[in-house]
This record gives sequence, C-alpha cells and structure tokens, in this order.
Amino acid sequence: MTEEIIKDVIIGESEDYIINVGPQHPSTHGVLRFEVCLQGETVKYLIPHIGYIHRGIEKMCEAITYPQIIHLTDRMDYLSAHINNEAVCLCVENALQVEVPERVKYIRTILAELNRLASHQLWWSAFGMDLGALTTFFYGLRDREKILDIFEESFGSRLLHSFVMPGGLMHDVHPNFQKGIKEFIKYFRKKLPEYDQLLTGNVIFHQRAKGIGLMSKETAIAYGVTGPSGRGSGWSCDIRKIAPYSAYDKVQFNECLETEGDTFARYQVRMREMHESLSILEQLVDNIPEGDYTAKMKPIIKLPAGEFFQRVETARGELAVYIVSDGNKSPYRIKFRTPNFSNLFVMNTITSGYKIADLVAVSGSLDLVIPDIDR
Amino acid sequence: MLSREELTEIIRGIVPEAEFPEGTQLTEAIVPAGKLVELTEKLKADKQSAFDYLISHTAVDFNTHFMAVYHLTSTQHHHLLVVKVKIEERENPEIDTLAKVYPTSEFFEREVFDLFGIRYKNHPNLKRLFLEDDYGYPLRKDFKDEVNMIER
Repeated sequence: MTEEIIKDVIIGESEDYIINVGPQHPSTHGVLRFEVCLQGETVKYLIPHIGYIHRGIEKMCEAITYPQIIHLTDRMDYLSAHINNEAVCLCVENALQVEVPERVKYIRTILAELNRLASHQLWWSAFGMDLGALTTFFYGLRDREKILDIFEESFGSRLLHSFVMPGGLMHDVHPNFQKGIKEFIKYFRKKLPEYDQLLTGNVIFHQRAKGIGLMSKETAIAYGVTGPSGRGSGWSCDIRKIAPYSAYDKVQFNECLETEGDTFARYQVRMREMHESLSILEQLVDNIPEGDYTAKMKPIIKLPAGEFFQRVETARGELAVYIVSDGNKSPYRIKFRTPNFSNLFVMNTITSGYKIADLVAVSGSLDLVIPDIDR
Repeated sequence: MLSREELTEIIRGIVPEAEFPEGTQLTEAIVPAGKLVELTEKLKADKQSAFDYLISHTAVDFNTHFMAVYHLTSTQHHHLLVVKVKIEERENPEIDTLAKVYPTSEFFEREVFDLFGIRYKNHPNLKRLFLEDDYGYPLRKDFKDEVNMIER
C-alpha cells in the first residue's frame, strides 16, 4: 500500500504526502520512526518502524544463566526495571517451587510500587512537556529524585538496580529504608495536589487531551493494549488483581478504571494510580516482617525441563515471561511479552482521522518506552 | 473460570485429534496446523470459554521442528490456555495467520517471521520487523554469527 502511495505522491497524482516523525524526535521518547501519511493536516494512516535499538536480548539469554538474565531485563523497560526483574525471578521460583520468605515478598511489592510511582512521575513530566507545559518537567523530576535517593541508599544504583535475585534479594535493605519511604509518602502526599493544580484543570490541556485518540474497549482487547492505557478504555486488565503475586493479595487497593478511552482518560488513570500506589506503600511499610532476605538456593540454578509462564503488571501494562527449559542452567528459549510492543501497534487505529499535532498527545498518553519494544 | 478438564472437553469437541500433554503448568493443547484458525475462532465465539485476548505468540526451535505457541486468556473468566502447533518443515515453514481473529497477532507474527523465518499465509503485511531483509533468522538454533555471538 505504501509503495503505491509514494509513487502517486512522486508523480503528483495524489494530494497526500508522507512525513517521517523520528527516528530522533522529542515526542517519540526514544529511537522510533512513524511514517505518517497526511491529507492536509489530518492523519490518514501511520506506520511505526522499529528495530533501531534491537539488541537481541532473547537470543543473548539463551547463552547465559538465570541470575545473569536479571541484569538484561533491566534494559528492556528501564523505567520499571525492578518489576521486570521480579517477573523473571517469580517465573524461576515458580519453576523450582521455592517459597520465598514473607519479608522478601513485602520488600518486592514496596519496590515495585516505588518504581511505578517514579515511572508515572516521569511520564507526567514528559507528557506535560510534549503538550507545551514545561514546568511539569521540573516538578516531576524534583519528586522523582526522592525515590531515586531511596533506591540509591539501598542498592547503590538509581535506575537499573538488579536488586532482586531468584530466591530473594541481593542483600538486605538499608536500615533507613522504612524511614526514607515514610518521609517520601508524607512529602509526596502534599505535592500530588500540585500536579492537579498545574495540569489536570488546565483549559488548554483539556482541549489538547479530551476526545483525542479514542480507543474503545474492544480495540484495546483486540490489540492487547494493557496497563493504564487499557484501563483508560474501561478494560479491567490489572494483573495485580487478576492473578496476585508477591504481597498484592495482602493489600487493599482499587483498580483505576475510566470509560472514555481518550487521551484524558489515560491521563486520569495514571494520576489516580499514583494515589493508589501511595496507599499500598502506606499499608506495607510498617508491616515488613523480620526474617531472611533470601530463601536457600543452590549456587547453580538449573530449572527442571518444562515450560513456565508468569505475568506481572509493570508501570505500562502486562509483562509476560515464557521460559522453555531443557534442564540446563540457561533457558532453551525465553520470550518476553512486553507491554509497549502491543501498545505501540494500536497507534495507527487510534490516530487516524485526527490532526498531526494530536499524534504527539496520543503517543505521550500511551507512555511508550522504546527499548521495551525492540528488546 | 473453567478447569483443565472442562477446557480439554471443549477443545476435544472442536478438534478431536488434539493432544493434551500431562503435567504442564498451564492447560496445553497441541493441534494440527490446519485446525488452528477454526479452533481459535470457535473458542473466541463460545460464551463459556470466551478466549478473546491473545497474550502472546511466539515460536520455539526444537532443531527437528518448530513449535508455534499461542497464550490465550479470557477477559471475563481469566482462564489461561496454551495452543501449540507443530511445524515439521524446516526449509520453508508455513502456518496460517490469526490476524483476522486477533489483530494483535499480526505484529507478533511479524516478529516471529523476522526472528525464525516462519511464513504466515494470508498475512496482511508480512515484512521484517527489527532486522534487515538479508539478515539470517537469529532465533533459530543453527544461526551462527562469528563476531557477535556469546557461546553457551
């Protein structure tokens, strides 16, 4: 189809024209290229071109051991690095039928929620900036710094921590861990209303976001758009509720659903999720049980022959890990079903018919992280 | 949520020759390649099973054959099912596309085509997704790259 239209454009028979958004464009948040066909200012269709940072993580994993794989999973969705680590760990523990200590489950859940918060803060900052509200970037990064400081204190790294290991954690958390989180909750509870004052009620923002990029629940399910983007269309797809893992069965939280399915609904879901994450943290932080930080594991981890599957909820949607093992210390085949891969390909359906300027708002509201698509 | 026995019963009603491996983590069904589209269409339409969401699709290279793997779930009942199709042919592997039943499948299939070289019949746009056209099929077990590969 594309070739024909390009031919038409060159000969001058068609009034459509094709422009490239990316591979280096601020609104794509990474190396991603959209081939956009325009009729005047209206998007006719859009083709995403990916693979600019394909590193072959799945192939690499076939040659390395399970504890080593953890470090590669960080590099997929670097903004929910901890949750990616946890997915592989849960899958390996499930296969070995290892019961991890309660303390580990609590700490993992706390870290996952902190990670989700940090990710949503960065999304909020970047989304505001995409739409021309520069101040959001400073507000968001200011508060995200507090979470990264907690991470740095306990694991020595800020973004890619690889702190979770099959069987438990790399080492115990820093003595200031609980104190730091409590201070952060107190701090961020005061700052969250500022986010709403700055952007949520803004008229210009409403005009850019409301009624743009409509995605029905059926489209979301058909294209597998999970996470906050799917929940913005009214699809209750939260794995934390459907198949609770770690300590999610011990906490009370609401699944944030909006039914409008537009850019603003996806925005609202993420804003509400930040409140829910804070409340999960509040429930867990004082109740971390005493105990070991890891279960007893053999020095060399070999999975029994068979196939294992695990789903977790990252900040952007459903991450599924599928391991085929032949009884060796490295997997025979490992597949990561990453949320952004599916979320990206709905772009054509939900941007056709809108203006080119809305493309930026829609791709921002899907919160794409490109290394997660390419793997 | 349907149990393993109930799911097995439903699938056996649609595809009598399906095999059900024992002792697996999830319910698995190995079906002949020709019955894949019919099975998924019926599983999706049936109110009891309602498998309307394809979580992921991938393939595994077992040296002698390929195995196409589909992870399905229902957004209402939340039961999981793994449908597998054995592809014996190695030189020119081919299988039907599921793009009509699950639109998300189109892109998973392009990824599998890119990395395994499995062709999909009636696919709307079968092009390589990540790599260049003259690159090999890296996730096949016999793929060799002298420079960049880590040896097991």
